[in-house]
Amino acid sequence: MSRTPLDTVEHAAATPDVELPWAELGLKKDEYERIVEILGRRPTGAELAMYSVMWSEHCSYKSSKIHLRQFGEKAPENDALLVGIGENAGVVDVGQGYAVTFKVESHNHPSYVEPYQGAATGVGGIVRDIIAMGARPVAVVDPLRFGAADHPDTKRVLPGVVAGIGGYGNCLGLPNIGGEVVFDACYQGNPLVNAGCVGVMRHEDIHLAKASGAGNKVILYGARTGGDGIGGASILASETFDDAKPSKRPAVQVGDPFQEKLLIECTLEAFAEKLVVGIQDLGAAGLSCATSELASNGSGGMRVTLDDVPLRDSTLSPEEILMSESQERMCAVVEPEKVDRFLEICAKWDVIATVIGEVTDGDRLEIFWHGGKIVEVDPRTVAHEGPVYERPYARPEWQDALQADDANKLPRPETAEELKAQVLKLVASPNQASKKWITQQYDHFVQGNTVLAMPEDSGMIRIDEKTGLGVALATDGNGRYAKLDPYTGAQLALAEAYRNVATTGAKPLAVSDCLNFGSPEDPAVMWQFVEAVRGLADGCQQLGTPVTGGNVSLYNQTGEAAIHPTPVVAVLGVIDDVARRTPVAFQEEGQLLYLLGDTREEFGGSAWSQVVHDHLGGLPPKVDLERERLLAEILISASRDGMIDSAHDLSDGGLIQAVVESALLGGKGARLVVPDGLDAFTFLLSESAGRAIVAVPRSEEVRFNDMCGARGLPVTRVGVVDGDTVEVQGEFELTLAELREAHEATIPALLA
Amino acid sequence: MTARIGVVTFPGSLDDRDTQRAIRLAGAEPVALWHKDKDLKQVDAVVLPGGFSYGDYLRAGAISRFSPVMETVIEQAKAGLPVLGICNGFQVLTEAHLLPGAMLGNDHLHFICRDQKLRVENAATAWTSDYSEGQEIFVPLKNMDGRYVADEYTLDKLEAEGRVVFRYLDVNPNGSLRDIAGITNEAGNVVGLMPHPEHATEPLIGTGRTDGLPFFTSILKKLVNA
Repeated sequence: MSRTPLDTVEHAAATPDVELPWAELGLKKDEYERIVEILGRRPTGAELAMYSVMWSEHCSYKSSKIHLRQFGEKAPENDALLVGIGENAGVVDVGQGYAVTFKVESHNHPSYVEPYQGAATGVGGIVRDIIAMGARPVAVVDPLRFGAADHPDTKRVLPGVVAGIGGYGNCLGLPNIGGEVVFDACYQGNPLVNAGCVGVMRHEDIHLAKASGAGNKVILYGARTGGDGIGGASILASETFDDAKPSKRPAVQVGDPFQEKLLIECTLEAFAEKLVVGIQDLGAAGLSCATSELASNGSGGMRVTLDDVPLRDSTLSPEEILMSESQERMCAVVEPEKVDRFLEICAKWDVIATVIGEVTDGDRLEIFWHGGKIVEVDPRTVAHEGPVYERPYARPEWQDALQADDANKLPRPETAEELKAQVLKLVASPNQASKKWITQQYDHFVQGNTVLAMPEDSGMIRIDEKTGLGVALATDGNGRYAKLDPYTGAQLALAEAYRNVATTGAKPLAVSDCLNFGSPEDPAVMWQFVEAVRGLADGCQQLGTPVTGGNVSLYNQTGEAAIHPTPVVAVLGVIDDVARRTPVAFQEEGQLLYLLGDTREEFGGSAWSQVVHDHLGGLPPKVDLERERLLAEILISASRDGMIDSAHDLSDGGLIQAVVESALLGGKGARLVVPDGLDAFTFLLSESAGRAIVAVPRSEEVRFNDMCGARGLPVTRVGVVDGDTVEVQGEFELTLAELREAHEATIPALLA
Repeated sequence: MTARIGVVTFPGSLDDRDTQRAIRLAGAEPVALWHKDKDLKQVDAVVLPGGFSYGDYLRAGAISRFSPVMETVIEQAKAGLPVLGICNGFQVLTEAHLLPGAMLGNDHLHFICRDQKLRVENAATAWTSDYSEGQEIFVPLKNMDGRYVADEYTLDKLEAEGRVVFRYLDVNPNGSLRDIAGITNEAGNVVGLMPHPEHATEPLIGTGRTDGLPFFTSILKKLVNA
């Protein structure tokens, strides 16, 4: 990108034959030709830079767009949805005049290249999305997936990712209340670092990313712009890793959480004084994204003087300034008479703020550098009219064989002793073991509103001190299920997150998702994606929980090997009074344990099949969303009416895993009886969906049974909270001490 | 009458609002103080809250210690103003030399967040009179740089003068010398500790314990009865 002479619009028109490095910037030939067609000339270097990042897979969703439309088309009627897909984050009405915004995003590729900074800036990015909606961030969650727990590289990646999430989130003062940690060899070269954030605001404070009103000023504020993260969206997030290419470390951004904390406070103060017309955070594609999106969502055009952008490195070219993904920056549109006050607030918080342009009444985005016009485009063509691909997709040939390899036929334990040994092995396996070593590196107390945090079924935050109104958030995903059947796997992820929210007593309201897949250029991967999206959209329609936004992460593969298809689903719920929340831990000896739902022989993709047989095959558990909805209603009613004192959803690891967790957290054991019609193995280890286990005080037994009976939910008494062992009558007994040792020693031994 | 207790907000303070809430729950009136403002607004006591002031860059508390507000806090603390430093606030107090010793990175090199058991060693300070000596309490702890260190002479002196206010029990979470979790100055008006009493003031929130509330009721009683 030669700058002598400056590659202005005029110069580009006069020199049509100049070769531009479109391929190096990640554009395909037909995409470049389309840019030339749109402009009626060759693009300038700066224009090419903008198009290349904005038309990247990461920013344009070019492979996924046609499928994601289903989330809108199949969206259930839901009065709670205030802002839907397309904005920085969706906004949901939670009552009492409060609105909640939440979203999950991926920062997978950077976190593999540079675990600490990759994960840290993942938190930073999602938090800015939430601030940009006008909300105060109140909590974060982190669904994480790594390679095999005992692989040497996992010891490089995991501690760095965890320290990065902690280092950034703790320093921002955001409680970390949930998420997941999953190990599987399929993520070895492609760890999944997803980050979610929840924010709270009053209805009237919702802000949108648009630039309206000719003459309004465009203010860039926050960190100075540097050379970090240039091309992060196009090069790093939108291509498959290849050992032969040079290290991509320079494309990873470096985070400064202190700066972000100041950005939060000064932005919220500016909102409170109603100084902001439109706002956009600078994340992927930096200024290219912020200017083109603000302009194309507004009514007019925009004129920007790039010379006014405060720089960390004065040698940056205009192309680099436009592409830089330096963190902790935001862009606000402010009426001229309010600019001084806006700048004053920034100064109070020691945040650099600069007017870099203004909204015009035309329809063009014009950018100037050293007096020359280096960009003149219709911003819509940059932000919204990128290429759309209908990638070919096909059910992979191996899918039938995989499903025929039935896990239900695997050898089962033949003696009680064998069953006991397998249970102990299961609760100690890396995926089922306690993640305390990880979660204790996150602050979950800050802000003083945390009602529930991991390892509870969902995180819960109080949002009103007087009324006790609160929100719950759970994230779930199971790549093994999705590999066996992506449609069902996506619905199981939704069902589990939905169930987890209800288990704590909150009413599920809305969904965000992070769809992690391999290369869309592989028809088999594309089929997994298409099936998962269809499954999720159908599931959300049936459960009445709309998808409010989310993120797609493709190209999670190394060479030919893609990760398991991994749709991660976040469900947000509301609870009228957090005093009625239901925890996981057993509370009192003598309380009766009831199993809700049906248990079938379902071991496909199960934790047992993985831990005991290193097997993945067959079909995942069946999904019955009507049953999930009924179960949720029962759990919420029981919590509201004080009929249950603890509850835990049953998912990977089955009933025994849930009982062991409740027992260890409560410091109280349990005596279990295998119910009629089930064998001990299926009772303890099946992963049938639509189930939960609850502890009912004896005084509530009749009322609780009557309620389940009247509503038609199968309920089975399976034991009692008692003693300091977990005993399965007639089978085996394990002391809490040996269970605790097995459950809690694994992760520190591997990673500390 | 009630007491007015100031809470300083430095850039990067995180638990300032939580501390204000704890003061309110105890029945006192919280007053927001700003780091750039030397004026303490005639408060009766000051809390330096937790967080990562100035990002903990350079060294935790090292930059905040030079804030305009600290000039007044240092001056008035020496004249007897009750001052409590929690976590980052404790770090600021040692950097400001209102308390002896220093805070280093945790010995295990990780951030740690846990429900920490403590023993109250001194129930005679301005901030601990509602506890009894020897009382065992649980208060959340969360820090990166919580390892209290001082030379042997200072440590012996602190012990001899009863100025170790809290000690870690069961687990030493950061490698602090002599399991020290909190200390006081000679006069007993300045107290610093790493755990966060403001996070243990409501039965529903956090760990569900309220073992931290006596900090704020102690100071309130002292001020009201003064």
